[in-house]
Amino acid sequence: MYQYTEFDRDFLAARNAQFRAQVERRIDGSLTEDEFKPLRLMNGLYLQLHAYMLRVAIPYGTLNSGQMRQLAMIADRWDRGYGHFTTRQNIQYNWPKLKDVPDMLDALAEVGMHAIQTSGNTIRNVTADHFAGAARDEIADPRPVAELLRQWSTDHPEFQFLPRKFKIAVTGSPHDRAVIKAHDIGIRVVERDGQTGYEVLVGGGLGRTPMIGKVINDFVAAEDLLPYLEAIVSTYNVLGRRDNKYKARIKITVHENGIDTIREKVEARFAELKPRFTGVDQEMLATIEAQFAPPAFREAPTDAYDETYAKNPLFRSWCDTNLHPHKAEGYAIVSISLKKHGATPGDATGDQMRVMADLAQAYGHDELRISHEQNVILPHVHRSDLPALYARLKAADLATANIGLISDIIACPGMDYCALATARSIPVAQEIAERFAELKLEHDIGPLKLKISGCINACGHHHVGHIGILGLDRAGVENYQITIGGDATEDAAIGERMGPGFAYDEVTDAIERIVRAYLDTREGPQETFLETFRRLGADPFKAALYPKETVDA
Amino acid sequence: MPRAFTPKVITANALLEGDVVYLTRDDRWTRDLKEAELLTDEAHADLRLIEAERRVSEVVGAYLAEMKPGPDGPEPTHFREDFRRTGPSNYFHGKQEERA
Ligand code: SF4
Repeated sequence: MYQYTEFDRDFLAARNAQFRAQVERRIDGSLTEDEFKPLRLMNGLYLQLHAYMLRVAIPYGTLNSGQMRQLAMIADRWDRGYGHFTTRQNIQYNWPKLKDVPDMLDALAEVGMHAIQTSGNTIRNVTADHFAGAARDEIADPRPVAELLRQWSTDHPEFQFLPRKFKIAVTGSPHDRAVIKAHDIGIRVVERDGQTGYEVLVGGGLGRTPMIGKVINDFVAAEDLLPYLEAIVSTYNVLGRRDNKYKARIKITVHENGIDTIREKVEARFAELKPRFTGVDQEMLATIEAQFAPPAFREAPTDAYDETYAKNPLFRSWCDTNLHPHKAEGYAIVSISLKKHGATPGDATGDQMRVMADLAQAYGHDELRISHEQNVILPHVHRSDLPALYARLKAADLATANIGLISDIIACPGMDYCALATARSIPVAQEIAERFAELKLEHDIGPLKLKISGCINACGHHHVGHIGILGLDRAGVENYQITIGGDATEDAAIGERMGPGFAYDEVTDAIERIVRAYLDTREGPQETFLETFRRLGADPFKAALYPKETVDA
Repeated sequence: MPRAFTPKVITANALLEGDVVYLTRDDRWTRDLKEAELLTDEAHADLRLIEAERRVSEVVGAYLAEMKPGPDGPEPTHFREDFRRTGPSNYFHGKQEERA
């Protein structure tokens, strides 16, 4: 894992001292809110519906146990004893007091973390595949590059006032778990003639105008990546629209100018920039790469695992849903679900965070990941440790066996917290998860990604959910629009909107009707929801959603 | 024809805690919507908002929120203001907890 250098520490200390003084001046009245707001946002401090909210970046979703424990300490000491993990691999504290925030930031700095650039029209937290460095299908660990990008983009003088916010995601696997096609820039590690390079996409994004990213360059050589990305952001900085907030993201720039024009401009800018990159970035990358060397995997028998798997059905069910193939023999990637049926998706209490930190230390080479799906991952666990690990997860109420199933719902904070929301999303997620737990159907249903956003900004990724739910305000009443057939992977697709929306108390029934339509029409348990949708289109689902009587009425 | 003015209260977030507050008739900031001054006259409401906005070291983001008169004081007409009055629905945090 990357260790902060003296430079990183000094930079953070200076920034935190500066912000502490700004908070003091706001409290004593020498700064107005208009003056203070941009300053607090630069440090990740929002004002939401009921309180301030501090958004802390977890770069490329990677944490060690010390960092996780510190997040728990902060939750207990200055917040309400929990934290909310987001779809951008951040953690949000929902109840900080203004005067405590400088202390919270200092506590974060102690473990090499910060809230810088988690807001504003800057390059945000660089996200990555949560299975990075562990997945069996991986070409290369994407995190060294993500860390290089974090260093390059943090406080980058040219990119502090972009036309709009800017999100970058990186994956090292052909199977995309980082939703790179819905990012302003998506990067995929590729191999060509034995050389490692990067496929670069631009112009993806969700929100009001969802777009799938387009390939701007199918192979950027390793040493060209940073100048190439700088060329993209620099081109966008000049070309992007500043006259209309809704047209300011790079997806609109690409859409309006065409990918070919953008490519030409980027190439021209790249030609100017390339000579200025003297190779220092490559030296830095080499240093960073050394810090991401894989842990020393051990070779050990897996009998204990095999035995427990054979005789304990609960353990077996958990293994079948929550484990993923690891590149090292005898190892597994463990997903810890933060989606217990009826709980708030993505929330973990301070105690749970400490348990996960302890488990990472005891069984997981001291590594944890936060997924954009709002779960926690222990990327390197030897199978022989799984029975003990499972027992401790169970004791901490963290052993829900539902990864990838319908109750593993992504839900944004929605109207319960978010000042921009048009409807609630958390209680909708809670009710749907409880319904399917009662029906005991979710394992039979199989892989199904349900994603909920509380407004058109789409933080809950509803457009790319197999089933997406968007909460709207229709004449002063919550109303939920349903989409079907979205996909967040390498085959990314925007979901198709069904008919009229549903009232708050009708959504769960509507979702059940969709799922029953799938169960009735699939060609067998091996055909997933998405495959059935692709085979049959939207009609059977529309028919289930809007039975004839109600349409005619 | 100009639209008839509908009743409102002045609301904001407290500077230090960030929680929802309302302006009372006697110029206090209260956490309890029932105590808020219900403004029924447009010119008076505008004036009260200007006064509230000046109190920059106490509150953030003062605005006029739509309300209706109720037996115990102003009541929200929109669900957003209802949440602001109560607190989140997933945990018993915020105002509902303070009042319990
Ligand atoms: S989608 Fe809307 S409601 Fe949900 S977190 Fe984003 S801005 Fe808030």
